[in-house]
Amino acid sequence: MEAGFLPRTRFQTLLDALHRAGYRCIGPQVRDGAIVYDTLARAEEFPRGMRDRQSPGAYRLEPTGSPRFFSWANGPQALKPFVFAPREPLWHSERTADAAIHYSEINPAEEPLAIIGVRACDLAALRLQDRHFLEGPFPDTGYAARRKNLFLVAVHCTHPADTCFCASTGDGPRATQGFDLALYESDEGYLVQAGSDQGRALAATWALVSVTTAQQQDADREVEGGARRQTRRLPARNLRDDLFANLAHPRWEEVAERCLSCGNCTAVCPTCFCHSAADETALDGHHSLHVRQWDSCFTQGHSYIHGMTIRADTRTRYRQWLTHKLGSWHDQYGRSGCVGCGRCIAWCPVGIDITEEAAVICGGGAHG
Amino acid sequence: MVNPQLPVEAEVVERIQESPTIFTLRLRFTDPVKHAAFHFAPGQFNMLYLYGVGEIPISIVSDPDDERMFDHAIRVVGRVTRGMTQLKAGDRLGVRGPYGRGWPLKLAEGRDIMVITGGLGCAPVVSVINYVIRRRDNFRRLVIMQGVKHSDDLIWRSQYSQWSKLRDTQVLVAADVGVALWPWHVGRVTELFDKVEIDPSRAMIMMCGPQGMMQVAVDHLRERGVHEDNIYLSMERSMNCAVGLCGHCQYGGKFVCRDGPVFSYSEAKPLFGIRGF
Repeated sequence: MEAGFLPRTRFQTLLDALHRAGYRCIGPQVRDGAIVYDTLARAEEFPRGMRDRQSPGAYRLEPTGSPRFFSWANGPQALKPFVFAPREPLWHSERTADAAIHYSEINPAEEPLAIIGVRACDLAALRLQDRHFLEGPFPDTGYAARRKNLFLVAVHCTHPADTCFCASTGDGPRATQGFDLALYESDEGYLVQAGSDQGRALAATWALVSVTTAQQQDADREVEGGARRQTRRLPARNLRDDLFANLAHPRWEEVAERCLSCGNCTAVCPTCFCHSAADETALDGHHSLHVRQWDSCFTQGHSYIHGMTIRADTRTRYRQWLTHKLGSWHDQYGRSGCVGCGRCIAWCPVGIDITEEAAVICGGGAHG
Repeated sequence: MVNPQLPVEAEVVERIQESPTIFTLRLRFTDPVKHAAFHFAPGQFNMLYLYGVGEIPISIVSDPDDERMFDHAIRVVGRVTRGMTQLKAGDRLGVRGPYGRGWPLKLAEGRDIMVITGGLGCAPVVSVINYVIRRRDNFRRLVIMQGVKHSDDLIWRSQYSQWSKLRDTQVLVAADVGVALWPWHVGRVTELFDKVEIDPSRAMIMMCGPQGMMQVAVDHLRERGVHEDNIYLSMERSMNCAVGLCGHCQYGGKFVCRDGPVFSYSEAKPLFGIRGF
């Protein structure tokens, strides 16, 4: 694959080229003590020399003095909010004086977005969300409109957090699919790889110098080192049969005693797709908006059905989440719904660790 | 791309009060072109939208060949259904559908048909009964089993009497609580299985109702030699989008709204009766 070297001093070239091509640039930046993705225009806005320390229930940033922009693993967001909107109106209804009701679609504004600093785990999650929202019998119009306008600049991960386990799910730390450009970061700059014709065309205008064999070897070594440093892992890529053979495992009860059923794990999970729609009626009595927002299988309302709740307790909710994420995703989309990003571990207020729960539940043979 | 979740305006042709808590809405799309294009299979459902209140999934009970209108039998249980009790002829609501997979009625032709329901007037299977009776020569024996909590809950009561007089048709009705002049069994409907006359090798079973009742029925039928691939049931789960996206109705790897609501027992079996799924 063709590649070129972009010195860090010229990083603004990349942003300027994207702006000229009509994209709003979204990139990582430090806000409220975390790495978040939002609009940026200048290379100085990237989180230079920042490291994230993540562990169950904890996330802290600390400066390292490194010149690098991407020497951290991830923040609470993935690509999910940019394609599957946390909240959006689906349609509008209007009741006119003759008592007729008119329905009209609400289409999202189509805005080209370039997201810089995308991780391999998040590209794998995007692929899964594409399958869910676009490749079924009823493609989602809002998701489709946002998805087709994305330009993705991946950065191969060299600094996995302690919570990361993408190497064990097969989704990282090297980005292998779904990007327009991918970057290896070194102390001096970036080895640029194109992953699409648009990416190739854009990079061709930058007059990049060739990558030396030594530079490529160093870059590969860093990414491979990142994979090796990961200590967490799932017991296997497919836990479907193990999980469903252990629906009566006592660990479900035990984890339910710790779990707050708050839904943080589903909010930060890059593949969780549940949502609910409800009406918001204007006070004039003539207009109503049908609005959807993210939902979570940890809420009481998620499984409510005329007068009863299918999952009234935390045990059955946690079991639903885990058996779906690591189990029935295989039936639905041919692979696990977990990409090893570790967000659910760090952002769980009580530090429940999906890799630990899966190992205990699947590790000890069948219980009931 | 048209948003598949956009409702279409429909008009209430008639509202029929079936019992104190159950009513039927007879509907037609206000746009005749859209009405003519609407086709469904028994067992499928529509999403009904009450202006400014919300949307709910409701099974279609009328005959698929009725071109004039389509019917929904609705029990008052929540905010939207309560609001719908106020609807009268000429009022408008939003409809989108039909959704899901209905009953295997083509596959059932030439077989004994047994329809089992429990709970309050189970609309999904009433559509089957009406379908079979209107095409009686296409099917062999018809057995109808209906259980209700209280005898007052049995709607379409006169129909059950009429059905019981038809040839090759057996009607077995039970109420947990029966009042004076209740002509049928008092007790659980599953107590009537010994009276059922079917040929297990040629029978196709279709049922809906509480999972406990369906499990008892499945166990009995399998004992009699009915293969589980010939037992179909309609599942109820929370449905919000009806197009397999919102995730609420998941049952293991199935989206009930899209892959069901009708499943063969062999499909439903792995998680059937396990609380929380």
